[in-house]
Amino acid sequence: MPDGATPFVLDVKDLKTVFRTRGGEVHAVNDVSFTLKPGELLGVVGESGSGKSVTMMSLIRLLPMPPAEIRGGQVMFEGQDLARVPEETMRAIRGARIGMVFQDPMTSLNPVFTVGYQLMEPLRKHMGMDKRAAANRAVELLELVGIPDARRRLGDYPHQFSGGMRQRVMIAIALACDPKVLIADEPTTALDVTIQAQILELIKDLRQKLGMAIVWITHDLGVIAGIADRVMVMYGGQVVEQAPVRELFANPQHPYTRMLLETVPHIKGARAEKLRVIQGQPPILAKAPESCPFMARCPQAFDRCAAQNPARYDVGNGHDAACFWDFKTGAPRDV
Amino acid sequence: MFDTSNAKKLVEVRDLKMHFPIRSGLLRRVTGAVKAVDGVSFDIYEGETLGLVGESGCGKSTCGRAVLRLYEPTGGSIKLDGEEIAHAPFDKLRRLRPKMQMVFQDPQASLNPRMTVAGIIGEPLSEHSDMNAKARLERIYELMDAVGLNRDFANRYPHEFSGGQRQRIGIARALALNPKFIVCDEPIAALDVSIQAQVVNLLEELQAKLGLTYLFISHDLSMVRHIADRVAVMYLGKVAELAPRDGLYDEPLHPYTQALLSAVPEPDPTLHDEANRIILQGDVPSPANPPEGCNFCTRCPKVMDICRKIDPEFREVKPGRFVACHLYAEDTNQTAANAAEPVGA
Repeated sequence: MPDGATPFVLDVKDLKTVFRTRGGEVHAVNDVSFTLKPGELLGVVGESGSGKSVTMMSLIRLLPMPPAEIRGGQVMFEGQDLARVPEETMRAIRGARIGMVFQDPMTSLNPVFTVGYQLMEPLRKHMGMDKRAAANRAVELLELVGIPDARRRLGDYPHQFSGGMRQRVMIAIALACDPKVLIADEPTTALDVTIQAQILELIKDLRQKLGMAIVWITHDLGVIAGIADRVMVMYGGQVVEQAPVRELFANPQHPYTRMLLETVPHIKGARAEKLRVIQGQPPILAKAPESCPFMARCPQAFDRCAAQNPARYDVGNGHDAACFWDFKTGAPRDV
Repeated sequence: MFDTSNAKKLVEVRDLKMHFPIRSGLLRRVTGAVKAVDGVSFDIYEGETLGLVGESGCGKSTCGRAVLRLYEPTGGSIKLDGEEIAHAPFDKLRRLRPKMQMVFQDPQASLNPRMTVAGIIGEPLSEHSDMNAKARLERIYELMDAVGLNRDFANRYPHEFSGGQRQRIGIARALALNPKFIVCDEPIAALDVSIQAQVVNLLEELQAKLGLTYLFISHDLSMVRHIADRVAVMYLGKVAELAPRDGLYDEPLHPYTQALLSAVPEPDPTLHDEANRIILQGDVPSPANPPEGCNFCTRCPKVMDICRKIDPEFREVKPGRFVACHLYAEDTNQTAANAAEPVGA
């Protein structure tokens, strides 16, 4: 392996991001660590404000700085620490080696340029293609993501595409330079379910064809269940649980994950008379947490949770959870 | 499960049409119409929750607003408690307003940022009742208790609350005049998963306590399965299917309902492997230019020749189950009936 002895395409350690606002600091990302293997799809779940998007935006340095500030940590990608490389290097990586797809395709596509222009831009900038080669590749990409009549549609503007088609265009742009990692931030949230189903099928198909690693950010547990290999649950700017997808759904080990799985109603099977509720509100992250961020809403909380922020404990099967309570023994952990 | 056999019809909607004109050219002449709601009929029984589901642009919100006459409907009739409201004059309508209320999707946009919570909840009281200030404040406190808001926050402004709490303010305002019927237009769509359950449970508790009737509009099919007694599925301005909840989810009849339900990702990885998904091709056509015949014929996996010519009638095919599809017509050819068998059986 040319990029060091690591089996990971992306290796993030203790990432910390802080926003400085007029009302004081907001600690949005607190010591987040995770890895991504080649070809793997990592699902990142959490509610708004849990830090899932800010984590991913921090590691490709796509946050406005200031107010954002990366206060620590390491992001190893192809032998370089992305938290430290100069902005020029970062620009060569962003959009080329690491592709991005965002939630709302209407606001991330430029309305005054044709789709063809926006598709060819990364090809010409990053890959140094001439116009003709870029146009040919753009047609290939649109065909890859299932847009019919691709060559003619290069001249169309974003508003001439429907929501689902626009998201396909976004995916095509993200794939243009054959990235090693694709970061998809709620790419199907703005879409209707029947269109979401089309996009999920497309992503499954593309993964097989292209073999890139994907980080998929969402709040929808249903989408995660269908698409991810491994899942990372975030709460209060921290990773609270991480496991292979089946293990996580079958055997959740953090009280937040357990409650989250019970609050969502199902479309099949038994119907609960009353939905389980997680009382209270997510925390406001004005300072780095010294206690467990979920403590105030947790039915399992005990005195240790107030004194210390739990580390991520390995519970076997590639599964870890940041909780002092051991659900397997039904008692506090003795570590 | 809700029993409709001896329940009273509170809301009766017949052939409701809501068309918005398209104007073009220098003289702004009307050159067409967006048929947002195009001939919709349903009843809502007293004390039940009718779920209204569909994808964006299908006309479900327009339908909900037209039912409360927040729009002037193009055609059709709406009866609330036996009184016609679709074409009622304004003084009569104003008298009926306290009976029917609405909870909106975005609590950020539907609460006046310059009014305090007490002002927002008390506004319908000062408009429609002759309570004095003391009685009004008493009622405001009562409503805040009912929706789980702390009385001490009565003089705060909406921005000081979280999304879930703001939605509680919106619910308290809707309850102020003791309505019989509330249209909930995507009341949880803007909320986080863990907060959605809180609001849905509150709506259910209030329904049990106050005997409310809901029209619950949502695109979240799992949540509608949780809260609704009967469900209507809309597609491109029309109701494709209307059925009791369990019947609809266990055995959907209309091909669109089948596709819609199969597209919902279930939060269980083991179910995804065995799921036989129906992936619809293409997008929803424009309501300004709907296809000829059945409006679903451009995407329907079971489309037949007749579907492209004749718009299917919305009719009761089994007790309580209404569907607009040629597959269930009595006199279509035998092959069509066979094709319908595995679903309908």
